[in-house]
Amino acid sequence: MIGPYPILSIIGILIVTLSLAAGLIWLERRLLALWQDRYGPNRVGPFGLLQVLADMIKIFFKEDWIPPFADKAVFIGAPAVIVVTVLMSFAVLPIAPGIIVSDLNIGLLFVLAMSSLGVYSIVLAGWSSDNKYALLGGLRAAAQMLSYEVFMGLSLMGVVLLAGSFDLTAIVRAQRHLWFVVPQFLGFVLFLMAGVAETRRLPFDLPEAESELIAGFHAEYSGMKFGMFFVGEYLGVILISCLITILFFGGWLGPVLPPIVWFLVKVMFFICFFILMRAALPRPRFDQLMSWGWKAMLPLALANLLVTGAVALALGK
Amino acid sequence: MLSIIRTLWYVLLHMFHKRVTVQYPDEKPYLAPRYRGRIILSRDPDGGERCVACYLCAVACPVDCIALQATEDATGRRYPEFFRINFSRCIFCGFCEEACPTYAIQLTPDFEMGEYRRPNLVYEKEDLLINGPGKYPGYNFWRVSGVQIGGKAKGEAENEGRPVDVHSLLP
Repeated sequence: MIGPYPILSIIGILIVTLSLAAGLIWLERRLLALWQDRYGPNRVGPFGLLQVLADMIKIFFKEDWIPPFADKAVFIGAPAVIVVTVLMSFAVLPIAPGIIVSDLNIGLLFVLAMSSLGVYSIVLAGWSSDNKYALLGGLRAAAQMLSYEVFMGLSLMGVVLLAGSFDLTAIVRAQRHLWFVVPQFLGFVLFLMAGVAETRRLPFDLPEAESELIAGFHAEYSGMKFGMFFVGEYLGVILISCLITILFFGGWLGPVLPPIVWFLVKVMFFICFFILMRAALPRPRFDQLMSWGWKAMLPLALANLLVTGAVALALGK
Repeated sequence: MLSIIRTLWYVLLHMFHKRVTVQYPDEKPYLAPRYRGRIILSRDPDGGERCVACYLCAVACPVDCIALQATEDATGRRYPEFFRINFSRCIFCGFCEEACPTYAIQLTPDFEMGEYRRPNLVYEKEDLLINGPGKYPGYNFWRVSGVQIGGKAKGEAENEGRPVDVHSLLP
């Protein structure tokens, strides 16, 4: 089902998400600095806000080099995949009543599918670079996505059970009386961790791990192709923050303020939390990451689903 | 798990800590009086050059950035004909200052010597000389040393006894 103003919504969401993704470069650097007792970029423009512009000018004028040993077509295509898949996910997100591109009745599944497709970008980038470190990064990304995608979906099934729908708008409306973070707290924690792993942000940035793999899958990338990976990463952060807001924190629901403001406030809170995690937490070893995923998170997600199902059955919903 | 949450909380609290950054061009850092920065050549209280062109600084310099040529004026005072410091080589170790027997060469708390052209970092004597005694206000080498120059014969320096007649052993 198409939303009421599809074209306006598409343009609006594109402009807001892309400029927010660019602005996150500044926000992340400022917040990291704040938490490390520094100032961060504060020279260019008011509060250093024009740093974003300066960075963009810089990255556009950098040499865009393709290694002669790379698989050229795949190498060029890979950075686009991540941005496209993440932007596709935004199509089904209900930002506020009426601000939605396509109100799919399987919206949640669509988002999960798109975020799974996003990993192709990383794997293909690592593969086509024909570089040991890039390949290792791609391998890690594939393994990490595979293991974290499983319980990412499972952790959300509790929410789906409670709301009785895969439709994101219906899920938001089902939280009118109580945010799902209260009955589904475990699910929220699991989804948060899976989300961090999904966006390959610290502390789960194993695929790029500067200290081990130089830059991992994008070691051979330069210029705006490298920039695309970053835009994709920041878009992923925004997407996961939006999803957490929609699924567990009542989306646009809130008193007094208009719905869109509530949505943006909640999303910004989670974006800041993502950056705080980057500032505070160290990166686990790869085997720790894998065993954590399979031995702790997956059973917990299954138990959560089981208990939620049993309770829902007992209450006769 | 608990330790992770505690870590997050403590890092969050750093928001309210004092910044460690010194916003340099707006906010100057504190430099100690003995900070080793730009090298100068000082003058004695009478306004004459202190440097006696003994070459000790050039010898002490580990990177050979000091070049000078000694000469004498009409009264017999030694002074450098030219005195050149190549600050693109200088490592501000301060050995020249320690080697100097006349307190002439001194390091100052100033490091803002950035240049766009490398030759501009070569300082000549007129760039190095300052109109003052620097860290040692009252000191005048020629007034305390026993060296004979025009206007000051042997034994006329401060705290200097009369010259001994070496050919006479009588007290």
